Amino acid sequence: MDIATQNLIFSVLKVALVIKVLLLGVTMVILAERRFSAFMQDRLGPNRTFYGGLGQSFADGIKLILKEDVIPTHVDKLTYMIAPIVMMTPALMTGAVIPFGPTIPIAGISLPFIGENLTPLVLQVADINVGLLYFVAIASIGVYGIVMGGWAQNNKYSLLGALRASAQMVSYELPMGLALVTVVLMSGSLSMNEIVAHQQETFWYVLNFPAFMIFLITIFAETNRLPFDLAECEQELVAGYHTEYSSMKFGMFLLAEYGNIITSSALVVTLFFGGWDIPFVDESALGLFGVILSMSVFGLKTSIFIFIFIWVRWSLPRFRYDQLMNVSWKGILPLSILTVVGTAVIMVLLKNFYH
Amino acid sequence: MLIDYLPILIIFLAGAGFAIFNVGISYFLGPSNPDPEKLEIYESGVKPDHDARLKFSVKFYIIAMIFIIFDIEVVFMYPWAMIFKDYLTITNSNFILFEMLVFMAILLVGYYYAWKKGALEWD
Repeated sequence: MDIATQNLIFSVLKVALVIKVLLLGVTMVILAERRFSAFMQDRLGPNRTFYGGLGQSFADGIKLILKEDVIPTHVDKLTYMIAPIVMMTPALMTGAVIPFGPTIPIAGISLPFIGENLTPLVLQVADINVGLLYFVAIASIGVYGIVMGGWAQNNKYSLLGALRASAQMVSYELPMGLALVTVVLMSGSLSMNEIVAHQQETFWYVLNFPAFMIFLITIFAETNRLPFDLAECEQELVAGYHTEYSSMKFGMFLLAEYGNIITSSALVVTLFFGGWDIPFVDESALGLFGVILSMSVFGLKTSIFIFIFIWVRWSLPRFRYDQLMNVSWKGILPLSILTVVGTAVIMVLLKNFYH
Repeated sequence: MLIDYLPILIIFLAGAGFAIFNVGISYFLGPSNPDPEKLEIYESGVKPDHDARLKFSVKFYIIAMIFIIFDIEVVFMYPWAMIFKDYLTITNSNFILFEMLVFMAILLVGYYYAWKKGALEWD
């Protein structure tokens, strides 16, 4: 079998794996969120369906699918239909550039159905050299879904929610871009694999703590989570930009939100916590066991960040809208410019020190 | 190489297919009992009296414009950050740092102007 066909087969398998992990992960994160929030509020949460609540999200999904698909009379039908799709597709697509394990050296080994392998297997759906830019570009498509959905519904709550969400997301995209510039400065590459490899050789970029904090804050804002969930604050806007959506169209917005949380956590881990790297352990010496261990460690690190997302949501109160804008434009933006300059200056100083 | 982007096309098709399938499925599986009240726009129980797409605050436009200006300047920094390390080690001069500091200074002048003009105020 030639190399192109092999790559195609492996690509399809990896895409299937990533989408399956994301969708299953979403159901688990929703359940985890409900259980953790319940514990924080001294209740029990959903604990009956199928072994202590494990089936709760699946039951909810089936319920949503079987609900009536109400399309109100005054909506703009085409935009109304497209918005959940525009929201959901990028949420799955961003998973494409996250490396979730080390390269498996299977070149030359014979596999069933595929024959002799010609290339090593990279555990990343698309090993492109502009992975970081790809992530930023695809992640910001989600704002179109929010604006289209909010505008199409012809509902005052939805329109206000969409306006707030779009202004908030563009405001926090600038500091996020600058925090990523810091990462690129340190790694000298836009490829996720090379960023992970560089962190393996030197140090985890979390040592550049200001950049990490800025990035963490901005992805909270980008995923519309508390304390930045002005777009759907129940007390003011009913359900925000998805007020008029019902059945599985609403489900798409929900899945997209949690899918974004998972990919954002994975991105934080990849950029600042060494991805699948295990500190002080040489994974390549362990063979296939090392690969499995690295993937598990990557999953563990991602889970920790998903937990932080949930923890923050149920601990902090919401910003007021002018505070939100002030924090972004007058606080985090100057700080992130300072971080970029500081990182560059420190790199120059270190270079002069070593040479 | 362009072939590297083939998996992205695959994941796009898979993701969009999943989304379209789910948006369509409840139309076929769910019940359908429309009535005028149910199809009305939701407005906390009162009758909606006019179209929701009204004029909204000009601040949103200002934020959008400032965002575009600053975002383009951030985009300029990516190529700079890409070659920063290589430049330092290969040429052994700090010119690249000072060049960027000048760029940052110009950016900060614009930022200061926008702040003093009140474009960043929100109240």
